Amino acid sequence: MGRNAAGREIPENIPGFEKVAYFEGAYAHTPLIRREKGSRTLPRLNKLVDSIEVAIEKTGLKDGMTISFHHHFREGDVLVNRILDIIAGLGIKNLTLASSSLTTVHAPLIEHIKKGVIRKIVTSGLRGELADAISHGLMDIPVLIHSHGGRARAVESGQLEIDVAFLGVPSCDLYGNANGFNGKSACGSLGYAIVDARNARKVVMVTDHLTEYPNTPFSIDQDHVDHIVVVDSVGDPGRISVGATRMTQDPRELLIARMAADSIAASGYFEDGFSFQTGSGGAALAVTKFLREKMIDRNIKASFVLGGITSQIVKLHEEGLVKRILDVQSFDLDAIRSIGANRHHTEIDASYYANPLNKGCVVNKLNVVVLSAMEVDIGFNVNVITGSDGVIRGASGGHSDTAIGSGLSVIVAPLVRGRTSTIVDSVTTVITPGESVDVLVTDHGIAVNPRRPGVAESLKAARLPIYTIEELKAKAEHLTGTPEPIRFGRKIVGLVEYRDGTIVDVIREVE
Amino acid sequence: MKTLRRTMLYVPGNRAAMVKDAHIYRPDTLMFDLEDGVPYPEKDSARMLVYYALRTIEYGDVETAVRINGLDTPYGRDDIEAIVRAKPDLIRIPKTDSADSVREVEQIIEEVERKIGLAVGTIKLFAAIETPLGVMNAPEIARASARLVGIALGAEDLVTNLGTTRSEDGIELLYARSRILFAARAAGIHAIDTVYSDVCNDEGFIAETRLIKQLGFDGKSVVQPHQIDMAHKIFTPTVEEVRNAERTLTALHAAEERGSGVIALDGKMIDKPMVTRARRILELALASGVEANKELL
Amino acid sequence: MKIERTGMAGSLESSDVLVTIDPNVGRGVEVVLKSIAESRFGKQIRLLIEETLSELEVVEARVQVEDRSALDCTIKARLVTAIHRAAKMSHPDWEHLS
Repeated sequence: MGRNAAGREIPENIPGFEKVAYFEGAYAHTPLIRREKGSRTLPRLNKLVDSIEVAIEKTGLKDGMTISFHHHFREGDVLVNRILDIIAGLGIKNLTLASSSLTTVHAPLIEHIKKGVIRKIVTSGLRGELADAISHGLMDIPVLIHSHGGRARAVESGQLEIDVAFLGVPSCDLYGNANGFNGKSACGSLGYAIVDARNARKVVMVTDHLTEYPNTPFSIDQDHVDHIVVVDSVGDPGRISVGATRMTQDPRELLIARMAADSIAASGYFEDGFSFQTGSGGAALAVTKFLREKMIDRNIKASFVLGGITSQIVKLHEEGLVKRILDVQSFDLDAIRSIGANRHHTEIDASYYANPLNKGCVVNKLNVVVLSAMEVDIGFNVNVITGSDGVIRGASGGHSDTAIGSGLSVIVAPLVRGRTSTIVDSVTTVITPGESVDVLVTDHGIAVNPRRPGVAESLKAARLPIYTIEELKAKAEHLTGTPEPIRFGRKIVGLVEYRDGTIVDVIREVE
Repeated sequence: MKTLRRTMLYVPGNRAAMVKDAHIYRPDTLMFDLEDGVPYPEKDSARMLVYYALRTIEYGDVETAVRINGLDTPYGRDDIEAIVRAKPDLIRIPKTDSADSVREVEQIIEEVERKIGLAVGTIKLFAAIETPLGVMNAPEIARASARLVGIALGAEDLVTNLGTTRSEDGIELLYARSRILFAARAAGIHAIDTVYSDVCNDEGFIAETRLIKQLGFDGKSVVQPHQIDMAHKIFTPTVEEVRNAERTLTALHAAEERGSGVIALDGKMIDKPMVTRARRILELALASGVEANKELL
Repeated sequence: MKIERTGMAGSLESSDVLVTIDPNVGRGVEVVLKSIAESRFGKQIRLLIEETLSELEVVEARVQVEDRSALDCTIKARLVTAIHRAAKMSHPDWEHLS
């Protein structure tokens, strides 16, 4: 029998409870509770720290740990470079950088890799000078390329353990409630950041817009947040839609988009209540424009649109043609506005989007997806990561996730880029296996995977220009000639992880 | 002979990126331009580019045409020498003022055809009428050569010569359009309308294309790929028109099988113009992807 | 054909090629190729250049080719035009052109 801090007598052993823990005082085991009562504002019950340096020190970041970032600002990202500079200044080395993706703005990381600050990179994509340097053998350890769903799986299952997540958020209160649609740097959905916030050991929020408490509705909850730093800018949302997410005016891309919309309309999947997603890339995004006309003509409404969301999708939603939007990433300023304003434009996280091993990701409910490709081979395998010279310049993204999850996956690409055929005997790198790819639409004609004879028949009946993929390849080579093989070295510079965690391909050094 | 020319897409002859595969936009005719779309210092290089492109690239079932420079320029003769050897389906003559200017071109084409052992008459002709004199001479021009498969209105220079500008409803072109159309029909050849050059104004393009279709034109010259689909839609017959055409042709075939000269449908006589119209509707339907019975043609 | 002056043809637009021919007296044929398709199509392009030069009987010339992923027929057309310009030949001999 003993007495606890409340002065009560309590036996040490009670049948059915192995060992009774004595109450030791209201403050004893909950360090985050305020110690002084009385004043509303003092002491400041908040998680604010003065600088990124202080935040890093408080997280206990050490050599060899894993740090993470999200890529919602795409080409407008500023945090990755800034925080790596600070970490380098603190003398921390041998880190694993697990950013949900990396873009052309991340060229300064090359120096941090050379100096040993970064030892390993895990990412969905790589572009620009950084990608080029890595392809030419910059790193000792190969980069691990994952899909968006595969990353969520790895983080949630503990395969990828994040020690510290640095999450740039457009608005945050002083206790950590954050969303992406308020503030001068609004970027829309925080779908990739949410997964990291939930699973990282330490979470640092970086914001340029500190709001009154509570910052509702919030995407990242205060109960996951350790520290908050206020900076002058977390990113440039104007540069989100630079490159792969812009709306095209190119007649060739519009032609491909129109043929893809024609294919979808004829495929049997185009019926009231269908759902669709368009991936990044000019032609893929433009498909929405042509689907809209068909939806109006045939009085069809979509139950939901998934994915990277653009102004085109928002327009359809606001016209009543699309009932719901599920948004893991906002691709332009209209989408950013809409996610804050429209009741049925819902933010989703990367696991909900595409984690193949949770209890149900939404790609499984997708009827149609339209995706870009750098290369497609005669087995319908798709490469979206390495260019025709073998150099890394793309991203895995949700490509393999949506291709396998959807009922109909449509790949759009020009038949010839520059003078290189898109269709090859064997892709340089497999990102999406051919068994999950259904239709290839090019500016010179359409090929249907022989695994889908029913789809081929439907498209033929609609008088669409159907060829075998070998015929399309021959058309391309008639124009271009046959290329010499790429000269790869022996060194492996990248591993491509399939969404389930297995390795689907390796990327070799380019000589 | 090709019967559908709903769209002729201009491709500037010196633009390598367009020349290499503009047929992907599926115009009925692809027209490589060596004339006004090419600046003087590049006449030789455009000619050479189109020459090698036509000799190398397979443009599939899209008709190919080349708009040459006039014989009154230093380029016309070389254009014909080169282009006949590259064997497009058509050569389009610019600024045709008289039947003689068609015959002059024809004569050089024939010379080259003989030199290279190509059957005389292989290369067909199209004449563009772009001046008041040309409009007045349209009936003679339309009958100037057996190679001539159509005449086209070119309005940009014409309206300037008339002392006016192009308006939204096109009233200033009404006489030229009508005269060219009548000349073509009297000669049994195609009539193609001028370009609509305000490429951002889709509504204007659609209105003008509807107008010229109603006047009776076979098609329109276009300058932007996205205008092709809009024009083809306007020339696409309705399902009802197609069904009626099929019934007309079915009745025709039934009468032929009976050996009867009299064709009747629903108690009404079917005459030759009705048959011609029915055939044209069926061809348009098949080209536009509308379901139609090909066997009836 | 004899190269008498600098002759240029083509452009640096995508799918085109800029060819510059200069006299190269006493030094035979010299080819400088810059191409973004070099690694996959360099050999094919060089072969095409050589064949075209010998077809037009050009034995002395410095040939600079800046390629923007042009097709072979475009490269050939630009090369032939540049040679004609450099040789001051205003009317090609169509009967002997391939």
